[in-house]
Amino acid sequence: MPRPGFVLDVDKSTPPVLFWRGEGFSLEKLPADRSRIIYPAEPLPGLDDPDGHIRDALLNPHDMEPLPALLRPDMKLTICFDDASLSLPKMRRPDIRQRIIEAVLDHAAEAGVDDIHIIAALGLHRRMHDYELRHVLGDRIFDAFEPRGLLYQHDAEDPDNLAVLGETDHGEVLEINKRVAESDLVVYANVNQVAMDGGWKSITTGFASYRCLANHHTPTHLQETKSLMGHRDHSALHKSIWRLGKVLRDNGPKIFQVETSINTAAFPDTFGFLSKREWEWTAKDRALYLATEKSLKRMPNRAKRKIFHSMEAPYEMTSVQAGFTPSVHEITLEHVYEQHLVPVEGQTDILTMGIPFICPYNPEGIMNPILVMCMGLGYMFNMYRNKPLVRDGGVIIMTHPTYREFNPVHHPSYIDFFDEVLADTTDPVVMAEKYERKYAEDEWYTHLYRTGNAYHGVHPFYAWYWGAHGQQWAGKVIVVGGDPSTVRRLGFTPASTMDDAFEIASDVVGRSPSISHLHVPGVLVADVH
Amino acid sequence: MIAESLAGKRIAITGSTGFVGTALVERILRSVPDCDLVLLVRDGKRTKAAKRVEKELLRNDAFDRLREQYNAPGSSESFAEMTARRITTIAGDVSSDGLGLSDDDRRTFSTADVVIHSAATVSFDSPLDRAVEINLLGPVRIAELCHALGITPHLVAVSTCYVAGNRRGNAPEVLVSEGPFDIGLSWKAEVAAARRLRSDNDALSRQPDQLARFRKEARNELGAAGAPALAAKTEQIRERWVRDQLVEAGRSRAASVGWPDAYAFTKALGEQALTDTVAEHGGDVPVSIVRPSIIESAWAEPHPGWIRGFRMAEPVILSYAKGLLSQFPGVPEGTIDVIPVDIVVSAIIAVAAVGPEAAPPITQVASGGINPLTYRMLIDYVSTWFGEHPLYDPKGQPIVLPEWRFPGRGKVEGELRRANRVLGWSEKTLQALPLRGKQAELAATIESRRAEVEAATQYVELYGLYTECEAIYQVDNLLAVDRLLDDVDHEVFQLDPRIVDWHHYATNIHLPAIVQHARVKTTPGKSRSTDRMVRLRKQVLDPKRHVAAFDLENTLIASNVVESYSFLATRRLNTPERIRYVLRTLSEAPGLLRMDRRDRTDFLRHFYRRYEDAPIEQIELDVQAMMHELILTKSFPEGMRRVRDHRAAGHRTVLITGALEFNVAPLKPLFDEIIAAEMTTTADGRYTGEMKSVPPTGETRAQLLSDYCDAEGFRLDECVAYADSSSDLPLFEAVGFPVAVNPETRLATIARKRGWLVEHWSKAQGAPKPLLPIGPMLNDRERRRRFVSSGGGR
Repeated sequence: MPRPGFVLDVDKSTPPVLFWRGEGFSLEKLPADRSRIIYPAEPLPGLDDPDGHIRDALLNPHDMEPLPALLRPDMKLTICFDDASLSLPKMRRPDIRQRIIEAVLDHAAEAGVDDIHIIAALGLHRRMHDYELRHVLGDRIFDAFEPRGLLYQHDAEDPDNLAVLGETDHGEVLEINKRVAESDLVVYANVNQVAMDGGWKSITTGFASYRCLANHHTPTHLQETKSLMGHRDHSALHKSIWRLGKVLRDNGPKIFQVETSINTAAFPDTFGFLSKREWEWTAKDRALYLATEKSLKRMPNRAKRKIFHSMEAPYEMTSVQAGFTPSVHEITLEHVYEQHLVPVEGQTDILTMGIPFICPYNPEGIMNPILVMCMGLGYMFNMYRNKPLVRDGGVIIMTHPTYREFNPVHHPSYIDFFDEVLADTTDPVVMAEKYERKYAEDEWYTHLYRTGNAYHGVHPFYAWYWGAHGQQWAGKVIVVGGDPSTVRRLGFTPASTMDDAFEIASDVVGRSPSISHLHVPGVLVADVH
Repeated sequence: MIAESLAGKRIAITGSTGFVGTALVERILRSVPDCDLVLLVRDGKRTKAAKRVEKELLRNDAFDRLREQYNAPGSSESFAEMTARRITTIAGDVSSDGLGLSDDDRRTFSTADVVIHSAATVSFDSPLDRAVEINLLGPVRIAELCHALGITPHLVAVSTCYVAGNRRGNAPEVLVSEGPFDIGLSWKAEVAAARRLRSDNDALSRQPDQLARFRKEARNELGAAGAPALAAKTEQIRERWVRDQLVEAGRSRAASVGWPDAYAFTKALGEQALTDTVAEHGGDVPVSIVRPSIIESAWAEPHPGWIRGFRMAEPVILSYAKGLLSQFPGVPEGTIDVIPVDIVVSAIIAVAAVGPEAAPPITQVASGGINPLTYRMLIDYVSTWFGEHPLYDPKGQPIVLPEWRFPGRGKVEGELRRANRVLGWSEKTLQALPLRGKQAELAATIESRRAEVEAATQYVELYGLYTECEAIYQVDNLLAVDRLLDDVDHEVFQLDPRIVDWHHYATNIHLPAIVQHARVKTTPGKSRSTDRMVRLRKQVLDPKRHVAAFDLENTLIASNVVESYSFLATRRLNTPERIRYVLRTLSEAPGLLRMDRRDRTDFLRHFYRRYEDAPIEQIELDVQAMMHELILTKSFPEGMRRVRDHRAAGHRTVLITGALEFNVAPLKPLFDEIIAAEMTTTADGRYTGEMKSVPPTGETRAQLLSDYCDAEGFRLDECVAYADSSSDLPLFEAVGFPVAVNPETRLATIARKRGWLVEHWSKAQGAPKPLLPIGPMLNDRERRRRFVSSGGGR
């Protein structure tokens, strides 16, 4: 039986704690008697027969007829799946999405459905490489559909393949992929790694046009998104998405949503020590840590990235449910929370976190400075329910090398965003006003997004807005071990060591602040009371 | 008495756009109100004589005082009206017979009562024949013209004290031929010899081996800039070579007969020739010669410190202040015979005013005899002053002055020659290395440093003699003229050199004036060159511009045609085939490189043959992949951004590249027009490997851009061009706003000299770095699955 997550109060005997530092780690000693470490729960056991459970879910959906009953030969069937931003890191083959889609295709074949499209729910993300599609879907699906042009990726900038389905009572226009909009049945294969994934968000963002996403991807929405992982009512973003979901339900195609939850077994055995609690490290773990840490230090960034990004996670599926989107999503959330929730008492003055080598926007790529901000303030800060781990006006300390490196193929507009926009302002509202349009409508970025493997021109803005709430909340953000000029460009304060960081933080939170450390790897949502 | 005696007279002046001439015209206009001026001025290359008077003479700050006076409210006549009334300009040239005057101008000239001849080539390193034509024959031609016109004006000829030659002791105010050291040179023989030297050297410069050498030099300087640019450069080098020969000839001829340089030598013979010619024609034309020594900035008129152009002492003083010249040869107790320009001007006017009868035949205007400035005094003044007001280096640090040790000339020359050799060697080495960007800029810095040292060497060679000259110029005649003047004149025209207080003159007048004049850095803090780049960048992106033209390779991407080809050729190959391909390409590389250096067009034609039989359809697909897998990873994000910045500013964007059209097709969204190499195709959908037209390289680019502008109604001088190589020089020269991107050494040097915008763009940090520019490795199963069904490899 896996042990649940818990809060460790640091005392003099607590060993140094692990921090991610991009493509590397460090062990940091936290001050005794006023620090606490929030450990995630150990991975829940996976379902024994995933394929059997998937079949079962398709045949026994919630608030909908079983899948075979929905299929008929002359119909337009569209199968959708989450792109490479899920899961992180990529899971070992076969991917859950492959299992689901293969099962769906079996039913479709049985029913004699001919008109099947398989579309990646790309949103404004970069197009996946062929090998990534193969990884997610398996060779069988890829070889059967890709050469015939039936497996492809959503294009948010293709005016001929977008359709408007209606408008919400807030005047938000729902414009999505035309094929999806005009299908008789849409089956969506979800991987719900965290609580904000899935539900109506799957289609209303994954297949939206830029204009449609611009409804809720704004600085004000994200500043008003007080809980990304917690309850929808605290998230202006999710409220908008659920309004759009209502339009989709009323005017759109029939949707058969398949959602899955996964456990937190993110690392193969070689990196086993990452998911263990430090005082339980064996001699072997310690040796492994030392060897890894030392050799990573000597490697160029390029080589380090290659090692980390080629890692495949032994994730296991903990639940699968299908049917009517809202009904399915509620059940999924329960499963996700079962794995993630850790009850925590009260807020602290300082929140510390190690920023890893990956975030949803750099699979196989570089964790550039903007993504560091996005990961720290957008994702990790938001790993709470009820209220943030850090008090309003407290200090957030991250560890990451924050090098000024960019992948020109994946992130061309990020480079310009860093050079041009951040040199001018770090205020999301100002940059939205002054620059967003120019980037969003830039022909060259659009061309690269549509034909290459680049994120949409506007994407760095969205990544930045993602951290807007955290940015407002924190009284100061300190990055330990980052390139100083780059860190300053982000509007943060550079520090060379953790002790320096505490020293700098004392300006804001005094000489003996309380500290929470969010222990990753492992994913957790702090349920703060 | 001066104003009265010159009242109603007409004074013709030659050399009025020069240093003395400007001051002279200004002084006469201001202090001798009732006379007219006839200015004999050469037509410029582009500007007519009358225009030159307006632009080069009357706009000079010497006239500020007059301009203010006349343009003040209540003045009955504006400055322009006054000058128009009093000045008549005639177009002529003292180096051509009859001064090249038109009939009208001859008539105008013939009305002159006084002719002041101050036209000369004062440069100490003029080619011998040029110095002879102007300094020696100039006065002769004026005398001849007077004779031909049958007029007898008072001819006041400006010469120099240094006609006395290299000698120690007193130099009296007599003709050289009447002095004790005359060696009886015939000026006619010297004229003939100088003219022959010109044609001899010109013939020599046209010898095949010489021409080959010039060509090589031009190529070294420009690289593969294309035939027309190369031809122009070669001819320029040839002319420079001839000139250098004649400069050298002048210097050695002068030295061999006892003068410091060709200037003093030809001036000395000029005095003789003038006297002889006048005598030949019956001696009707009265001649007075005025001999100033080294003329420097004004003591008081038109304002203290007024100077025009850089003379002889200024470059030396500035080189010293910049730390370039740690020593200058000279004897500490020797005299530097300096005379402020306003004293010279007063003397000339006084000589003209007292009239041919009263004026002495020769008047020396010098300080050495009665108010000497010694070399040690000068050095003391200069080093004290610059100690208090240092110049700053580009990093904003004050430049420390070396201590003066009064070395001999040989020692200083040796030091400088060594420095020059080291710098020259470093420069050559750097030129030969394939450098780009910042390193190339370093090479450009060394080059300009070397040019400075070279200039310093020349100063030492040229002027060293003057500091060692120990002749004392007598000014008895000058003082005699001064005695003829009345009190009013003494008030206005000061020609006694004893009025100059050297300490005051050096520290409060001359040094501040030249520092201001030279626009050198006199404040601490970083150099403003980055500001300049920002300003240039702003100009380039100004909405007023029409077109922005971009080169591709090394300007927008760090890649080239060979890499593109390699990517396309290997994308579908299996591993053993790839290895064979890489080995073969590596073995061919040196040959290809050589060919590229020799002629870009030939190289491209030869290389593109490899595309023969390539299927169009397959290439199209592969090019898409190449864009994302190769080109983007090698692109310069700032460059890509700049293209769009131009678009946003409303400019047309044009890509001009020698790369193949189908290879750059994915860049279309960035550009309004792509001018690239085009290849012919066969009926069955394959490329032939042959070009449709000459690939756009070198000088063709300038032509193509010009054609584009003509067709679209744009102006070339409102175009911006971005490129990286000196082979784009014709393009750079054609457009109004050239931008050198990551320039290689040669271009960095040129860009620096001409003040072009230089950009340093680099690939994105963290971009993938493929070891070889070949298609991504695939396992064999994947490769077959992807490619074999659609036609296989090539």
